[in-house]
Amino acid sequence: MLGASSAGMVSQEKIVVAISVAIFAVFSFIIPDFLSTSNVSSLVQNIAILGILGVAMAITIIGRGIDLSIVTSMSVSVAWMLNLLNSGVPMSVALPLAIGFSVAVGLINGLFIAYVEVPAIFATLAMATLVYGFGKFFLVQTDVVYLPEAWRWLSRAVTGDVAGVPIPVILFLAIALFAALFLRYARDGRFIYAMGENPQAARTSGIPVRLITVLQYVLSALIALAAGLLMSMLVASMNTRISSSTLVYDVILVVVLGGIGLSGGRGGIHSVIVGTLLIGILVNGMTMLNLNYTMQNVIKAVILLLALTLDAIINPRDEQTSQQGDI
Amino acid sequence: MKHLATKMAAVAAVGLAFTAPALAQDSDSPGPAYYEALKGKTVGFVPISMGFDLTQGWLAGMQRQADELGYEIIVRDPNWSVESGIQAINSLIAEKPDLLVIQNNDNRSYNRLVRRAISEGIPTIQVQQRVQTASDAFIGPDWFDIGTKSARAAVAQCSGDAGPSNKVAIVQGALAAPASMLMMEGIEATLAENPDIEVVSSQASDWDATKAYSITSTVLKQHADLCAVIGFWDVADVGTSGAIREAGLEGTVSLITSGGGKRDAACDKISSGEFTVYHSYNVAGQARDLNAAIKMLLQADIEAGSAPFALLSPLTRITADSLSPASCWTLEEIAQSGG
Repeated sequence: MLGASSAGMVSQEKIVVAISVAIFAVFSFIIPDFLSTSNVSSLVQNIAILGILGVAMAITIIGRGIDLSIVTSMSVSVAWMLNLLNSGVPMSVALPLAIGFSVAVGLINGLFIAYVEVPAIFATLAMATLVYGFGKFFLVQTDVVYLPEAWRWLSRAVTGDVAGVPIPVILFLAIALFAALFLRYARDGRFIYAMGENPQAARTSGIPVRLITVLQYVLSALIALAAGLLMSMLVASMNTRISSSTLVYDVILVVVLGGIGLSGGRGGIHSVIVGTLLIGILVNGMTMLNLNYTMQNVIKAVILLLALTLDAIINPRDEQTSQQGDI
Repeated sequence: MKHLATKMAAVAAVGLAFTAPALAQDSDSPGPAYYEALKGKTVGFVPISMGFDLTQGWLAGMQRQADELGYEIIVRDPNWSVESGIQAINSLIAEKPDLLVIQNNDNRSYNRLVRRAISEGIPTIQVQQRVQTASDAFIGPDWFDIGTKSARAAVAQCSGDAGPSNKVAIVQGALAAPASMLMMEGIEATLAENPDIEVVSSQASDWDATKAYSITSTVLKQHADLCAVIGFWDVADVGTSGAIREAGLEGTVSLITSGGGKRDAACDKISSGEFTVYHSYNVAGQARDLNAAIKMLLQADIEAGSAPFALLSPLTRITADSLSPASCWTLEEIAQSGG
């Protein structure tokens, strides 16, 4: 069935939910104030950006692709927009230019993967380097671009809340809802599942596989742009150096953890939310315990391996997946 | 009469002979004669990256002097990569420049490179963070001192009943960076003398604003009565101040940070209330020191590494009260008349 979790009573997603609940309970006991509403809302707010990036990545992974360029395209397009704003270009020109840049990156990704048939992992990896180099050479010379004074009010506005829910969380939920509805009810969304499940059968039955592939990558670039805009508002700047950080691997971690298999066709946006929550609970608790950064990375990696091992034991690979591999 | 005229002519001739060189000097050289030693020389510059305010400010100042005095600056930008930096320095050493300016990015490998440059006879200036080997000049701040001053500012804000509580959070740079480690030592030494101050969190942001934001927002949720945050760099602390603002605690929680003193990174943030106390190592002044060191080393024909000296950048403390138009600098100012 389209969009269902993998066969077996206990799917990976349920395992991750169980681990999240367990860790949440442990932290609630050993850390005072962990269970307070303000901490929980801070927890979800911090992961809103990671969650939105996870939604972007999920759309491509479900279609049996992967987009390693989302972090770079998001940071370069937003940094360019801030640069333009700083040189006096009005927002009505700068924002459409940033959107156009993201669409262009998504288009080029999609064209290479669909028409030139370069494997997604290589095409998007190369695209990430190309976008970063192009951006640093032509568009944005400094690493960090600040939000200009005239737009500071946006930075203050986005840290507010509506009916007690922080605005970043509302944005995350809105984007997740849009993506979930698209994948489940829109014709193109269901085609993405079909392509991820079995691309040959999809093509034979008349689905425009190549056009849908291009659509996937344009969508992921645009959703990543939304994450970038939110990030730049929260910290009133954009740091292009995150392109060379491990953020994109954290995004893959979140997506894979939630149960979206890298071979495509499985999982959904609910998987992204589950994965993001686990990472959010972990990072929040570890910061409150004052664990240093390296130790936090080690623990995140151990939890990922634990979840994947449990999944491999409870849901052994079937013949089909083991034949064509994960990527 | 003839005797007198001859004498006067002789005196005039001798006088002219003395003034002739001076006249000739004024008419054909733009600067004093001893700066002739600098013309046509090459200076190699390998920063950590040309992408941020510190290195851009230094280069603007150095380039201005280079253009005026007729020598060339070769910039190799490794964009934060240690390997690219090693390659860049090695290839520059092979080109035999007259002077090298290096910004340390990795203690072990750069230590070897500095030693190699000196053994090849190339005078080397280290900027901002130094390796173990002393080279001809070091220009940079006293990181331990920045830590001490930052901690003292926190103590002033938070000791006894001065602030909402005695709690202080520290948002470090990168755990292994020399600057960050030395600042931490300075902070720890000062806080050891003030046991009433409680450090509730000490995490590293990896010099990144988004990470600083997450760390600070988590700490603030746990300790809503936090008194002060000590940050290690203005660029990362944009995120720290964002978290304080988001918690509605701007003005209550003090943010103490440090950096190069660029106008939009420092003074603008002090006047908007995002930063409370800012220790500036004044990149414009550092560019001036770099230019002086370059002039000295290119003129004096000494053996590389034989007479090392250090020019520690004096710190300017900027607060809302001490803010003035001269407290900060912009890149345009340095490119035009600074350095």
